[in-house]
Amino acid sequence: MRLEMMEKDSSGKVITEIQVLTVRELKKWLNKPYVVAMMLIQPLLWIALFGKAFNLTGIFSIPPDLLKNLPPYVTQQIQTMFNGILSRLFGNAQIDYFSYMAIGMMAVISLFAGLQTGMSLSWDRRLGYLNKLLVSPISRGSIIVSKVLGGTVKALVQSLIILLIALPFGLKLEIAGLWQVLAALLGLVLFAIGIGTLMISITLKAKSWETQMTVMNLLNLPLMFASNVLVPLAMMPDWLQVVAKFNPLTYTADILRQALLMGTEASTSAILKDLGILTLTAAILLTVGVFVAGKTLRKD
Amino acid sequence: MMEDVVVENLWKIYPGGIQAVKGISFTVHHGEIFSLLGPNGAGKTTTISILTTLIKPTKGKALVGGFDVEKEAKRVREIIGLVPQDIVVDDDLTGWDNLMVQAALYHIPKSVARKRAEDLLEFMDLKEFANKKAENYSGGMRRRLELAAALLHRPKILFLDEPTLGLDVQVRTAVWDYINRIRKEEDMTLIMTTHYMEEADKLSDRVAIIDYGEIKALGSPKELKDSLGGDIIEVEVEALPEGSSLESLIPVNGMVKEVKLRGNVIRIKTAEGEKALPNIVISLSSKGVTVKSVNLIKPSLDEVFMEFTGKRIRESEVSKEEVFKERAIMRRRAR
Ligand SMILES: Nc1ncnc2c1ncn2[C@@H]1O[C@H](COP(=O)(O)OP(=O)(O)OP(=O)(O)O)[C@@H](O)[C@H]1O
Ligand SMILES: [Mg+2]
Repeated sequence: MRLEMMEKDSSGKVITEIQVLTVRELKKWLNKPYVVAMMLIQPLLWIALFGKAFNLTGIFSIPPDLLKNLPPYVTQQIQTMFNGILSRLFGNAQIDYFSYMAIGMMAVISLFAGLQTGMSLSWDRRLGYLNKLLVSPISRGSIIVSKVLGGTVKALVQSLIILLIALPFGLKLEIAGLWQVLAALLGLVLFAIGIGTLMISITLKAKSWETQMTVMNLLNLPLMFASNVLVPLAMMPDWLQVVAKFNPLTYTADILRQALLMGTEASTSAILKDLGILTLTAAILLTVGVFVAGKTLRKD
Repeated sequence: MMEDVVVENLWKIYPGGIQAVKGISFTVHHGEIFSLLGPNGAGKTTTISILTTLIKPTKGKALVGGFDVEKEAKRVREIIGLVPQDIVVDDDLTGWDNLMVQAALYHIPKSVARKRAEDLLEFMDLKEFANKKAENYSGGMRRRLELAAALLHRPKILFLDEPTLGLDVQVRTAVWDYINRIRKEEDMTLIMTTHYMEEADKLSDRVAIIDYGEIKALGSPKELKDSLGGDIIEVEVEALPEGSSLESLIPVNGMVKEVKLRGNVIRIKTAEGEKALPNIVISLSSKGVTVKSVNLIKPSLDEVFMEFTGKRIRESEVSKEEVFKERAIMRRRAR
């Protein structure tokens, strides 16, 4: 046993630790299928309510009673107008709103999974499991990295589920190409890592889980609305556009759309820009996270 | 004798100023079962948390297995195991998976881990529940799973924080059996905390009585009981006659070793209680003191506790479980 421990070099050990804790994270998740289902409900509701309703009526953000009173040609006109905006935004690509929004929801579910990462650490702390990890001779960083990795895998799996559910309901995929898809997946991963790390830092700093719940609730909807997941940037008021441009969710949604909806119209420069911004965001949040974790996991 | 734990003038002052541990010192010899016995809030968990590297001491020194808990925390972690006060098995995982995660944290090779986990589950009577999620386990089963997890990497020094808290009497006795068997079968030093007198008395080689962050007495259960100097007679009286001193009423002599007054109860230390009792009652009556009741007490850790802290551990333990649960919730929120 002792010999074993000496033979394995320490980086090999850290990888084993991260691996086993990530697997634990995912096993816990899979052992609670209802939690997975609950997570999916909200984005699916958004898709069902907004995406479908909009495609059927061609109306965006007009109350239903008003909608009923409108003559059909008006709704048709608005639909044409809106689709016009979409094609202006995306060049010649034929993108319908349902597809636009379904792909946006892939980014949203990654956001939720990332936000959830903090909760998972918070629960380990509240239930005392964190202490069990802390008395073991593992590297403190392994605890954090495995949480973030677990959250990232959840994000990938859930956004894939969203994609698969949206397909039979009329999601029209126009795959740009292999490298674009890989770039988009990388972007999604970077986004989930960034959000996950941010939430871990907040959890470590905030101490109380109520604070953390509040932060989560403060972040999720505003991040979603102040982004292009529901509405293209060009359709937003100027001030909101500015906010949305600082929101990494915007770039995650964009890179996914470029790769999955734009087909031959996909813009290489847009993909590279999205990827660059997402890399930068993840790098900043990771640096902050490592710093905070180093400070707070060494309890006094 | 090898010392597995050396604690010297250890202090812990929490942020906010609570002095949880106030300059305690003790050593634990290799291979013994050492108990910290004390009421709610005495500082037991705080001491264990320092020794297991979970929190840092404010002042003082602690060596575990020869390693400094602050400067060589990782070395300490490699040789210790902890069964915490709050059971922390992972409810979402099966018993088996709980053990496998634990094994991996200590880098035990898979094949070895499987073999040990099977043996331990057998030992703890959990074999048939191995593939059930831990959320379905009873309190006693979780405690046993926790014990199994802590033993998996064969720690040199095992810390047990209130290993039977919240368990009913039969389960408690079963856990004692397991602890005794572990001790017999493994070359291990055990450090436990408890507020159950019988537990400390039955299991430990040596006991430290801790109250308000200070060690009040330390020794084997027998030494501690012997230190009482024999039996204790408590005499409840109506009132002492005006102007008479305690010494004049019950003079200290060959039979009476010490006399104390607590409220209206005279507490007398004596070598042979049965013989001294009639004399004391007669002598008191003849001096005009009305005796309401007498109580002959044989030495027990309970009495030792009373002797050194001036209170009964049971009195300070009013519905301990309730207080414990509430505090656990509060503490978690505070974190
Ligand atoms: N994290 C903390 N922050 C502030 N005070 C604390 C903290 N943990 C414990 N205390 C306080 O320190 C004192 C000692 O607590 P500790 O948990 O060590 O006692 P204990 O002997 O284990 O008690 P119990 O039998 O209830 O478990 C108590 O007054 C407690 O309220
Ligand atoms: Mg305690």
